[in-house]
Amino acid sequence: MSGPLSYQPKSPIMQWLERRLPIGGLIYSSFVVYPTPRNLNYWWTFGGILTFMLGVQIVTGIVLAMHYTAHVDFAFNSVEQIMRDVNYGWLLRYVHANGASMFFLAAYIHMFRGLYYGSYKEPREVLWILGVILLLLMIMTGFMGYVLPWGQMSYWAATVITNLFSAIPLVGESVVTWLWGGYAVGNPTLNRFYALHYLLPFVIAGVVVLHVWALHVAGQNNPDGIEPVTEHDTVAFTPYATIKDSFLMVVFCILLAWFVFYIPNFLGHPDNYIPANPSVTPTHIVPEWYYLPFYAILRAIPNKLLGVTALAASIAVLAFVPWLDTSNVRSARYRPLYRQFFWVFVIVCIGLGWLGSKPPEGNYVLFARIFTLYYFAFFFIILPVLGKVERTKPVPSSIAQAVLREGTAIGAPAPAPSKTRA
Amino acid sequence: MSSAEPSPEHSRRDFLYIATGAVAAVGVAGALWPLVSQMNPDASTIAAGAPIEVDLTPIAEGQVIKVFWRSKPIFINHRTKKQIEDAQNVDVPKLPDPQPDSARVKAGHDQWQVLIAICTHLGCIPLADEGPYDGYFCPCHGSVYDTSGRIRQGPAPLNLALPPYEFVSDTKIRIG
Repeated sequence: MSGPLSYQPKSPIMQWLERRLPIGGLIYSSFVVYPTPRNLNYWWTFGGILTFMLGVQIVTGIVLAMHYTAHVDFAFNSVEQIMRDVNYGWLLRYVHANGASMFFLAAYIHMFRGLYYGSYKEPREVLWILGVILLLLMIMTGFMGYVLPWGQMSYWAATVITNLFSAIPLVGESVVTWLWGGYAVGNPTLNRFYALHYLLPFVIAGVVVLHVWALHVAGQNNPDGIEPVTEHDTVAFTPYATIKDSFLMVVFCILLAWFVFYIPNFLGHPDNYIPANPSVTPTHIVPEWYYLPFYAILRAIPNKLLGVTALAASIAVLAFVPWLDTSNVRSARYRPLYRQFFWVFVIVCIGLGWLGSKPPEGNYVLFARIFTLYYFAFFFIILPVLGKVERTKPVPSSIAQAVLREGTAIGAPAPAPSKTRA
Repeated sequence: MSSAEPSPEHSRRDFLYIATGAVAAVGVAGALWPLVSQMNPDASTIAAGAPIEVDLTPIAEGQVIKVFWRSKPIFINHRTKKQIEDAQNVDVPKLPDPQPDSARVKAGHDQWQVLIAICTHLGCIPLADEGPYDGYFCPCHGSVYDTSGRIRQGPAPLNLALPPYEFVSDTKIRIG
């Protein structure tokens, strides 16, 4: 099942290359024989899916960049030209726009998996923080990308979000002017957003390399939250994890294809098909769905500076999770009380998302405030306290024991029939 | 592993691998094609390359004008009688790119020379009414063309190309 742990190239070309640039050995040890916990479930496939989606976004983005013009007089029309005139332009644009949504969907699932199974706990703190940095980069990239078509939502989202920085005391207004490159969002803003939108995905790719490196140093977490001890606890990455990742990647692509080919504008806002008009603000400015929870938190706080601080804090708090959680047990499988608070947290996040799409009035505001309270309480109160007071279930002695306790190992000969049940 | 050994030549696993690989290859080709095709000229570029009509009446005898079709410069030369004679009185097989003048004009319209004004060497626009043959001369590397636009001296390998065109009347041509 596992090959030799070091790469033994058979072909003379690979032997020649291996001595000069051991990339064959690197791929072999990282993705072929790499010992993978044998109990991984499908929630572990989203890392691979995210890498794949990053590739999709970069490739579709680059070909779109061949036809897009980043000037306020031409941007909107260049996008329409892509949709109508460029060969398969409609397909490339819809894959890129819906791909961004799918990218965030995969990222949120990936993060919830981490929170549930304790993948942020020692020794994976840096891995987790790199992930938070990746989320931040994704948020910035997605925001700037949305400005590029220069529709009504593009323009006004740019205005609202850049205006957040005016909340900073003393230097706020100067920072905003600096971001704009002018007295309002305009051509300089669009141009620089285009440059940065092209740049950041490659920064993301670099941080992904660090993220995978940190992962391979610590080894993967697993649903039981116990570290592998013997080789019975792991299987080779190829073919087991490779096939599992590929399978869910295909299912994920089917979901992406469903949006792209049947409901490509469902996740978007129709107002973005109106060219940007700096003198008319749309009645309801809303960001794309993947920003809605943060938007709800921002609007829940009635004070401008505190609202912006809460928004920043709602992302920053994630970086401290490895230290906020005091539990000795990693996986929520063995933490029955934490599990309940976790699922409430998931519902709260989804609820905040829904509330973010509603106008900030009446009961919507009330519930947004309650949910925001729970959001921060989860990190600052529940995580630290639960670790101390929770009665956890007994953790299995090893992964192999957890996986195999129900019956025989795969590949082992069938046990001799015994009179008593083993 | 399992008790049954796969047969040495073909197993179900081999079939599955090959079948999956074939489907995956088709999928990859299908995914790659739009990425390649999007770089081809788009619908608006193709529409802008539709045929154009040029009115010949303002062109005096001996005058050469330049028009653009599909972003290419095109000479329309209202040749003088001497230029036509010089173009026809030529030992064709001795030319670097042998072609009689009759093959480079439309029948009955000897005086109208329509050429793509791109030097066949490296793509500069030649100068009209220049050079030892009073034809065209490319200043970039010194290629010399005669009054029929055929290469005579210099590094260019071929005669100046002809665009597709036709006479819709005696005084109007459609290029493209």
